[in-house]
Amino acid sequence: MAVESLAGNVSETPATGQTVTLEVFRYRPEEETEPVYQAYEVPVHKDWVVLDALNHIKDHLDGTLSYRWSCRMGVCGSCGMMVNGDARLTCATFVESLLPGPIRVEPLENFPVVRDLVIEMTDFMEKLESVKPWIIRDEEKPLEDGEYLQTPAQLADFEQFSMCINCLLCYAACPVYGLEPGFTGPAVIALAQRYNLDSRDQGAGERNAVLDTDEGIWQCTLVGECSEVCPKDVDPAAAIQRYKVSSTLQWYRNLLMPWSSK
Amino acid sequence: MMKRTIEPFWWSLFGAGGTLAALFIPITLFINGLAIPLGWLAAPDYENVLQMARHPLARTYLFLLISLSFYHWAHRFRFTLYDGLQLKHLNLLIAVICYGGATVGTVAAAYTLINL
Amino acid sequence: MSANPQHTPYHPRWYRAPMPIFWWVRRWIHARFILRELTSIFVAGYALVYLLQLRALGMGPEAYGRFLELLQSPLSISLHGISLVFVMYHSITWFNLAPRALSLRLGGRRVPDKVIAGLNFAAWAGMSAALLWVTLTG
Ligand code: SF4
Ligand code: FES
Repeated sequence: MAVESLAGNVSETPATGQTVTLEVFRYRPEEETEPVYQAYEVPVHKDWVVLDALNHIKDHLDGTLSYRWSCRMGVCGSCGMMVNGDARLTCATFVESLLPGPIRVEPLENFPVVRDLVIEMTDFMEKLESVKPWIIRDEEKPLEDGEYLQTPAQLADFEQFSMCINCLLCYAACPVYGLEPGFTGPAVIALAQRYNLDSRDQGAGERNAVLDTDEGIWQCTLVGECSEVCPKDVDPAAAIQRYKVSSTLQWYRNLLMPWSSK
Repeated sequence: MMKRTIEPFWWSLFGAGGTLAALFIPITLFINGLAIPLGWLAAPDYENVLQMARHPLARTYLFLLISLSFYHWAHRFRFTLYDGLQLKHLNLLIAVICYGGATVGTVAAAYTLINL
Repeated sequence: MSANPQHTPYHPRWYRAPMPIFWWVRRWIHARFILRELTSIFVAGYALVYLLQLRALGMGPEAYGRFLELLQSPLSISLHGISLVFVMYHSITWFNLAPRALSLRLGGRRVPDKVIAGLNFAAWAGMSAALLWVTLTG
């Protein structure tokens, strides 16, 4: 029997005959003030990811479950959740790797929960905007002068940091962000570096005003988990460390040659 | 001129101390604290050690190693208290105790090494 | 408000899980992090012992001899044994993280992280051998 599901033909992969229990974090603000865990027994299909199991629940067991997803291929960054306590993209986490279960699914840590597995991310969006993640020029050159050229080596300087999909796994993994909600946090700093290190950009000074501050980069203690959980190998911890190095050099430069600072 | 935060200064001491400590403390501790007391290595002659330690380069090295190790501790421990025990409200007190302690240790190291 | 969102007219009841005081015991990775940070106590602790040894050295052969005797006590030996584990842990974690802060370029290409860490470990071994040699021959 063909199973109809938003996940398309993936759910038609053969059932393995096994089942697994998903313990899903439920929070329905109109019903409860404290979250509860609800257990669902889900069949295991070959090559199913946790997101497929959630879709199975939504389609066949309990239509009231709320969560975010879109691409089902690790691109959109919307399906991040805590799976057995680890921040994961649920579309890239195979159920079979978690057997025999139970599999505990919770919303991303360190964020307020709107409902069930849906978190509130305004804080992130505002911080992202505060570091001006776009190319800033002192003066734009006229159109007829053509495009800004870049060598492969110049591209390599920042390319890694441009791979971020804003999935927020790094924020969920960062205890400093949990303790200090004001901390700018891994992905935003990595994205600021993506532009700071771009040969076409001249906005580092403006971004420094936000980032070279206690709440900007200096609360980071290099726990390093952000880089461990990142599904895109952005390595935000490296972005922050290198930011610390360049800020420190700048600090000494200002100290020794106060006249040279702009 | 932008002087927004003093963190870069503390961080540079932390980093320098961490590097020196990582390179030199394990072997120094092993030699002086274990190998010689346990007789695995013969204790070097007193006069020799004194002469060696008095060399200006040795004094500089010892001063940097000891002082920066203290600052390395101060910075790390400050954040460990701050985050690990969530003592945010004692921020200033913690900073004064940690960096202050390292500074006292630095003065003691300078005094000891000059009078060696 | 939005830096620490609690309530808005539209979302009156967000749930915020409080961070427990001892958040770092819940997970091994966090416990490991706190352990790494605590190595600093042993680093500074040994620096202090070393400083005291140098002070004894400056006070003359008798004082130095007494200090060396103190180092032979079982308490001292066991404390040094424990400290050695922690300061080694400091070195290992420190060198492993070095590539995060250092981005070196050679001939237009980034030096791989493994190589940077490897150079650090090589420097560690080299310096240790040098100090050992100085002690043995000095
Ligand atoms: S840095 Fe990595 S973990 Fe963080 S939001 Fe971007 S892709 Fe996700
Ligand atoms: S659904 Fe798009 S990243 Fe998982």
